[in-house]
Amino acid sequence: MSSWGRFAETFLNTKVMLKYLPDILSGVVVTIELALLIVVTGIGAGLTLALLRSLGVRPLNWLIIVIVDLFRSLPPLVVIVLIYFGLPSVNISASGFVSTWLSLAFVLMAFSEEIFWAGITSVAKGQWEAARSTGLSFGQTLMNVVLPQAFRLTIPPLTNRTIAITKGTALGTVVAVTEILGQASSAMSNSYNPSPLMMGAAAYLVLFFPVVVAARWVETRFAWKR
Amino acid sequence: MEAIVQSFFNLEIIAASWPIVRAGLWNTVLLSLLVVPLGLLGGLMLALLASAKRPMIRWPLMAWVDFFRAFPPLVLLILLFAGLPFAGLELGGFVCVAIAFFLNTGAYYGEILRAGIDSVPAGQIEAARSTGLSRLQAMTYVVLPQAVRNVLPDLLSNTLEVVKLTALGSVVAVPELLYQARQAQSLTYNPTPIVVAAIIYFVMLWPVVRLLSRLENRAFAGR
Repeated sequence: MSSWGRFAETFLNTKVMLKYLPDILSGVVVTIELALLIVVTGIGAGLTLALLRSLGVRPLNWLIIVIVDLFRSLPPLVVIVLIYFGLPSVNISASGFVSTWLSLAFVLMAFSEEIFWAGITSVAKGQWEAARSTGLSFGQTLMNVVLPQAFRLTIPPLTNRTIAITKGTALGTVVAVTEILGQASSAMSNSYNPSPLMMGAAAYLVLFFPVVVAARWVETRFAWKR
Repeated sequence: MEAIVQSFFNLEIIAASWPIVRAGLWNTVLLSLLVVPLGLLGGLMLALLASAKRPMIRWPLMAWVDFFRAFPPLVLLILLFAGLPFAGLELGGFVCVAIAFFLNTGAYYGEILRAGIDSVPAGQIEAARSTGLSRLQAMTYVVLPQAVRNVLPDLLSNTLEVVKLTALGSVVAVPELLYQARQAQSLTYNPTPIVVAAIIYFVMLWPVVRLLSRLENRAFAGR
C-alpha cells in the first residue's frame, strides 16, 4: 500500500467515520447549545454589570471590579474544575454541562463587562452633559446617546473575545460533557482509530471558521474611519 | 460555614499538599517561560512574512491565522497527543504542549504584530531606506520598535491568555499547577488544593489584569 493509502486508512477511515458520524453530530448539537447559552448569558450579564457600574455607586463598583478581575485572571479550565469537582463537597452538584456553561459565561461576562465599560467611558463627558441639558433622562441618555457610540467601539474586541471563549466549550470534555471533542475522543478509544478525532476537528472548523471570517468582516464594517 | 472552611480552606490539607502544589507552580512558571517566547517567535515570523504585502503571501497567511482562531487549542493539543501516535509518532505531553502553543498562540501574536507593523506609516520605511538602511535594518531598528509600542496592550493581553492557557497541559499529564492540584485533591479527597491553585493563579495574574484594564481604558479614551 502506498504511504498515502496507509495514512488515509488510519486517519480518514470511511468505515469508522460513517459508524461514528451520528455521535459526532450529536456532539455538534451539544456544542452549539452550550455556545449559544454562553454567548447570550455571558454578554447579557456583562452588559448588565457595565450598566450598573455606570450608575457610579462606589461600593457596588468595587465589587464589580473584583469579580471581573477574578474571572479575567483565572484560567477557564480552573473555574470549570473548581465548580465540577469542588462544589459537591458542600453538597451542591453541577453537571459537566452546567459547570462548563457557568464557568465560561462568568469568564465572558468579565471580559465583556470590561469591554462595554471601556466603550461607555470612551464617550466624551460633554456628550452626557449635552444630552442631559436637552432634557433627556439618565436612561434616555444612556440608551440613545452613549450606548450607540460605545457599541461601535466595542465590536472588534468583543467579537474576538467571544470567539476565543466560545471555543472553550471544548474544555467541557474534561468534565465529561458530550460535546464534539468528548464524542470524538470516546469514539477514538472505542474504535482504536483516530478518524473520529479528525471528524471532530473538521466539525470545529465548519462551526467556527465562518464565525471568524464574519467577525473579520464586521470588524472592518464597524471600524472607525480614522 | 464550617463545611465550606473544611472543604475549601482546610489548613491541614494546605500544609499536607503544599509540596505537590508548589512543584506544579514551578512547572507552570517554567512552561510559561518556554511557550511565551515560542509563540512570540512564531508570531514574529508570520508578521514579517505578512508585511511583504504580496497577495500571494498575505492571503495564505490570513487563512492560516483564521484557521487557528477558529480551532480550539485543546483540540489541537489532543490531536497531537492522541492522534499522532497512530502515525507512529509518539511525542510526550510536554512536547505536544510546546508545538500546539507555537502554532496557536503564534497565530494570535502574528495577527497582533501584523496590525502593529501596518500601523507604522509607510513614510517611515521609505525614510529609513533612503538613509541607506537595508530592508532588514529598517524593519529591525525603525518599524518593529514602533510597531511593538503601538500594540503593547494587545501583546500583554495575549501573553496573559497564554499563561492561563498553560492549564491545558493538565489534560495531557504535564505536571503544571492545575494537574498537581488535581493530584493533591484525589490524594486528600478534598478540593482545597484546587482552591489554592486558583488563588495562586489570581495572585500571579491579578497585577497584569489591573495594568491591562488601565492601558485599555486609556487606549479607548485616546480616540
